Amino acid sequence: MSELKRGVFPPTQYDPYADEANQPFWDAALKGKLVCSKCDNCGTFVMSPQPRCFVCQHKDFTFVELPGTGEIYTYTVVRHPLRPALDQVVPYVSAIVNLDGTQGAGARMQLNVINCDPEKVRIGDKVRIIFDKVSDTLAVPRCEPA
Amino acid sequence: MTLKDKTAVVGVGATPYWKRGQSAPETELSMACTAILAALDDAGLTIKDLDGFAIYSNSCDPATVGQTLGMEEVRFAATLTSGGGGCAGSLGLAAAAITSGQAECVVSLMTLQQLNRRLGGTQVGDAPPSSGGGGSPYGSNAIPPGLAYRSASGLLSPGHQFSLLTQRHMHLYGTKREHLAKICISQRKNALNRPTAIRKEPLTMDEYFDARILSDPLCLLDYTMETDGAIAVVTVSAERAKDLKQKPVYIMGSANGAAGRWGSAIFTYFQMPDEYFASSGHRTVAKRMYEMAGVGPKDVDVALLYDHFSPMVLMQLEDYGFCPIGEGGRFIDDGNIYFDGGSIPVNTHGGHLSEAYIIGMTHVKEAIEQCRGTAINQVKDCEIALVTGGPAGLPVSGTLLRAA
Repeated sequence: MSELKRGVFPPTQYDPYADEANQPFWDAALKGKLVCSKCDNCGTFVMSPQPRCFVCQHKDFTFVELPGTGEIYTYTVVRHPLRPALDQVVPYVSAIVNLDGTQGAGARMQLNVINCDPEKVRIGDKVRIIFDKVSDTLAVPRCEPA
Repeated sequence: MTLKDKTAVVGVGATPYWKRGQSAPETELSMACTAILAALDDAGLTIKDLDGFAIYSNSCDPATVGQTLGMEEVRFAATLTSGGGGCAGSLGLAAAAITSGQAECVVSLMTLQQLNRRLGGTQVGDAPPSSGGGGSPYGSNAIPPGLAYRSASGLLSPGHQFSLLTQRHMHLYGTKREHLAKICISQRKNALNRPTAIRKEPLTMDEYFDARILSDPLCLLDYTMETDGAIAVVTVSAERAKDLKQKPVYIMGSANGAAGRWGSAIFTYFQMPDEYFASSGHRTVAKRMYEMAGVGPKDVDVALLYDHFSPMVLMQLEDYGFCPIGEGGRFIDDGNIYFDGGSIPVNTHGGHLSEAYIIGMTHVKEAIEQCRGTAINQVKDCEIALVTGGPAGLPVSGTLLRAA
């Protein structure tokens, strides 16, 4: 495990174990880019990729690059370490982030919010999605105040 | 055609409740057998009568129980999918089995022993998990390709995830920790006189606010306990119920499911539409359940609301129509949920928060006892009891029971 830092939830996997449908997301992540699958028929954004669009049930999607920013939809400050090693990490913030550029049906991600004061995080805060390269094949997504 | 009033719960049986891991040398199978036999005995039936399993969360393996107890024939063996959300709905499944002629005497049960596994434990371990792939027993042991999207989020347990729903509810409606405290205090008060309750010390507002925050905004006391034990209930046709030992408790209405995009909700999904993100996911189930029973929330005398986390009691009060959406906090402030004098007494047995956590079955047991008139904290003239399962991934469920 990499060095532990307060507020930064450590990676638990070092490969995305991606299938064909998910690989483009992780390829983009390694380049520091946030992409999302968009329905070719109705334009709905689906995060993460799924076999069918939940609005029109079409099966063809194209990955498009998003602005890479978003807004905290809800969050929690985790204060109790569920594993002993996390004693050096708590408190950390975990949030659901609405991704900019996907308005309408909307796409969200579950992200660790880093480089922030956990006591000051609020719903509606603007964040930027960042990627931390933890191996040759995986860059994990997190976010920080924008 | 519905199953309204066509079946009745006639027997209920339970093991003692233990703190997590303390039920050894019992096993989940031994506890299941004890609870099933006790429920049959309560009804005046024997193992020769039992011919079906209507369970949830794969609570037991009917094959193993069938051979262990030497059942003559198992004619129905089905589980509602997903987890604890199905507990109340398992009674509807039993009623469906009986009214469709597939079985005559059906048990619903949960048996739970948390020795080597903890339901509230981490979902993402130190090492990559060795199983996944959508939960199919025939699937590969591959790591699910969707895991990496969330494995670095730090969201590890149901408590973290229910914290997210709660924070959103607070943001939208002004719900406060004081409201959650009042739920915990009310249920603790209900547990004080119960021999079966595991948390039996009185709880004050100061003690609530002194408790450790585990994940904002939830503290230790907002989380359910982790306990071991088993509870079984037996359902038969209304006709047959007339001749048995106990006063029948009729199944008036039952529904399970949720809006499709409630989906797996807080556990992996989080893409629920804004209009019901900060909810218990029960709204569509509540509507169907009331329609089947032909009654509304004003007709309910006692509500046994699934309370793995205190805020979900508040959100179910809204979703089952006891108060408008967003008004749960104020409804609690006005004293409506108290056993003693409330307009809708809630969790008169102490619930998961104070009595024991057998994944919803203590609520089913209490609903039956309230309708029989034998509850320890008996609601006066109780005719209709509501019992719910979930909030959780789909299906969640609700059932209305009626006194004879």
